[in-house]
Amino acid sequence: MKKNWFRTVCIIVVFLVTFYYLLPLIGKKQYSICNIEVYNQDSVKIYEVTEQEYKIGSNLFGPEFDESIKIADIGDSITVKGRIPDDILRNLDVEIDWDENQIIKAKLVERTAKVELPSWFSKKELKLGLDLQGGMHLMLEVDTEELSKEAAESSVKGALEIIRNRIDQFGVSEPAIQKISKNRILVQLPGLRDANRAKDLIGKTALLEFNLAANNEDITKTVEAIDSYLKNNYDKYAYLGEIEEEATALEEALFEIPEEPVDSTADTTLVSTDEEKHEHLFSSLIAIYGQNFVVKPENMKLFRKIIALPEVMNIIPSGIMILMGKVNPKDIYGTRPVYFLYDTVELTGASLKSADVRIGQGMDPKTAGKPYVSLQFNNQGAGIFSKVTGEHRKERLAIVLDDIVHSAPVIQDKIRDGNAQITGNFTMNEAKDLAIVLQAGNLPAPVNIIEERTVGPSLGSDSIRAGFKAALIGLIIVTLFMLIYYKLSGFIADIALICNVLIIMAVLTMLNAALTLPGIAGIILTIGMAVDANVLIFERIREELRSGKTVRTAVDNGYKRAIITIADANITTLITAIVLYQFGTGPIKGFAVTLSIGILASMFTAIVFTKAVFDGIIKRKVRTSLSI
Amino acid sequence: MRLFKNPNIDFIKRRKIAFFISIIVIISGIVSLIINSGPKYGIDFTGGILIEFDFTPDDPNSAPIDIQEVRDALSSQGFSDAEIQEFGNPNHILVKIRTTQNPKEDQLNIISILRDKFPDNAGNKQISDFQLRSEQVGSKIGEELQGKAIIAILISLLGIIIYIWWRFELTFGFAAVLALFHDVIITIGLLSIFGKEINIAIIGALLAIVGYSLNDTIVLFVRIRENLKVYRREKYKSIINHSINEVLSRTIITSLTTLIVVLSLYFLGGAVINDFAFTLLCGIIVGTYSSIFIASPVLVAYRNWSSRKTERSSKRK
Repeated sequence: MKKNWFRTVCIIVVFLVTFYYLLPLIGKKQYSICNIEVYNQDSVKIYEVTEQEYKIGSNLFGPEFDESIKIADIGDSITVKGRIPDDILRNLDVEIDWDENQIIKAKLVERTAKVELPSWFSKKELKLGLDLQGGMHLMLEVDTEELSKEAAESSVKGALEIIRNRIDQFGVSEPAIQKISKNRILVQLPGLRDANRAKDLIGKTALLEFNLAANNEDITKTVEAIDSYLKNNYDKYAYLGEIEEEATALEEALFEIPEEPVDSTADTTLVSTDEEKHEHLFSSLIAIYGQNFVVKPENMKLFRKIIALPEVMNIIPSGIMILMGKVNPKDIYGTRPVYFLYDTVELTGASLKSADVRIGQGMDPKTAGKPYVSLQFNNQGAGIFSKVTGEHRKERLAIVLDDIVHSAPVIQDKIRDGNAQITGNFTMNEAKDLAIVLQAGNLPAPVNIIEERTVGPSLGSDSIRAGFKAALIGLIIVTLFMLIYYKLSGFIADIALICNVLIIMAVLTMLNAALTLPGIAGIILTIGMAVDANVLIFERIREELRSGKTVRTAVDNGYKRAIITIADANITTLITAIVLYQFGTGPIKGFAVTLSIGILASMFTAIVFTKAVFDGIIKRKVRTSLSI
Repeated sequence: MRLFKNPNIDFIKRRKIAFFISIIVIISGIVSLIINSGPKYGIDFTGGILIEFDFTPDDPNSAPIDIQEVRDALSSQGFSDAEIQEFGNPNHILVKIRTTQNPKEDQLNIISILRDKFPDNAGNKQISDFQLRSEQVGSKIGEELQGKAIIAILISLLGIIIYIWWRFELTFGFAAVLALFHDVIITIGLLSIFGKEINIAIIGALLAIVGYSLNDTIVLFVRIRENLKVYRREKYKSIINHSINEVLSRTIITSLTTLIVVLSLYFLGGAVINDFAFTLLCGIIVGTYSSIFIASPVLVAYRNWSSRKTERSSKRK
């Protein structure tokens, strides 16, 4: 009797815990039906969201958008700064010529809250995996090969911190960033839409340096040195000519470059006649455009090949380096500037106090209305900056980020207040990301993306629909089968089966584990195993009844004997599930976790729970038959 | 309601036919593996990039995308080693490239080529609507995974042998593991014959099959162990046959119910999970078959062999 009492308590506790974790899911505590109106600058309503389900604090236009448009309370007006995503504009049926920093207002007009649960209910909610809700999974490896053991350790730690900072500022809800082995970092960004932008942001080393531009004399020396080296060793580099032809042909095929030079002002090549090409192979690749040296797209491949040659790097006069300028985002295959700089770093990003995005003012068409990054140096940095700008008036100071020259303005006057600007052909997002990266600090060691998985939100919701449908239909057919084949006993088993699925979901919620597509597959497999446990028991009971035992003895013996089999079978499956968990990455882990939970839960529901029900049925009156 | 009323089928007598069928299936799988030079690994193991695109045209009345045009568009632009296949829906196209030096740039190039080439299917879409999902796996991590997968399978097989050894006897353990190898080899062969890829999810499915097939075998072995104690005078062969018949309705019912859920997963679970479900489907059928026709007869075969051996050695004395 005492044993039965203990069992009853166990069952009640399990059900209460399950209920505790699942009720928020059913009640959708934080969700509300919202009506939202969006107005433009002139207070004209341009967009309306009606009868939508929104979570307070969630983003109206997707997670990558400005955080200022989070859904607030009723009556709160929400300011939307920036560009409304195209997919929303498409629904508007109007064409709006958006400025990059357009300001519009949204207003929450009405909210009907759904079941609000008491505050003592679980705050946890069943999370969906990236494959179901969409998002990005990134595996990063910190390149610590050249570092000592301690330095490697601290650089991984530093990288983790910096990546966390960058992502926090990027504004993704519930990001997961964790160190998973000695030098690997796993980043999971649920609900992310612009995968490439996030990837760029995370991987950027953002080594900001200020270098002075070389004077004309040094530039000429450098160019001549390379020219004469290539000329004297032409046999060795004859293949470069082939590359050039090939590259031109390829580029033409790819991008249909017109016969005419892309930029007519960039026409004055230093040396261009064909006979002299061998003589001045290098200088023939460079053109002058305004103040800058540029490389035309058809010469780009060859040019980069030459400056990357180790022998060429050796013969460049010491103290000089050649760097490419930034790609024009509007014409990524267009001409690119090239810079000759002194390799002494005058100042680095380490001296920065802050970096933020501003919009150019004034009349100058080159800067007005365009975003730029405003830099503020710390005291020490400001001192150096003032000294450098004072000593090198009328020279050019290049702003180099990750070995790419962003701009090289001419120093007009000594700058004392430690303020500087990085201008360039930035888009709003680029400028924002650059500021984030500069602000959050530099990665201590290069970080490589070694694995990336991105699932779009629409595919995720398709998968979830399909997965749930499959699970549900499978479950329905199986319960019907059990009901027909084992009648009342089958019904008891069916209830146990449904409890089993609910317990799995509750435990997943409790452990903060996410439900993934392989996880759904794991649940489906558990359904099979839970049914099997009951089939084993019922077949045994039938055997016992056939051999003439009473109902009471048959049930007791049936359970007693079947339990051995069930335990043996489940423990071996548990062994595989645990091994799978140890070895697996993301998706496999989800499968292993649900399978393990499912096995344990099914042993509880199929053995303990159903036995309790049977005992209850049999005890009440002396039974001579059993519906099985 | 009962499926079988006191079945009495002589499974052991038919073991030679079963062995023959198994060997034929295994050999055809191996032949397919040799022709295709090994199993077809997914990019999880080889490294590379995979992108799924949605080419659903803007105009709902126009015809679905012609996969050959996508193939031509990419191969004419230097992506001749890209594998292109339809995925679950005539407008969903999967592009895979295994050998890539610069995955990020390749991915961007592929997207811009396809958007330029198919303006009506892709030009007006946001990137996140056009590119449904993408995966990039470095070749280094792929190689690591290959090693890890093999170790995982070996460790779990070892764990199983030890557990069964402890619970039954060593012969049972080896018979069970032999049946598992049989199931895994046949399933890998079938995957190769049907041109399916082996990726991490499939490894998961293979291990699930190991679990399932084992479940079946153990249920049978428990009954055999029990009956060996009860019917000591009967022949070993007939005890085993008797045991198989006793648990037959349970075996069939469990297989059927599991098969039902896996079938619903296969037909309704969506394209992403399709190969996974296919693997489970093969495995469940083969696993049920192997516990009856492989694991149990192996016990008999071993018993016959060892008793012949002891006879021979006693004769020699």
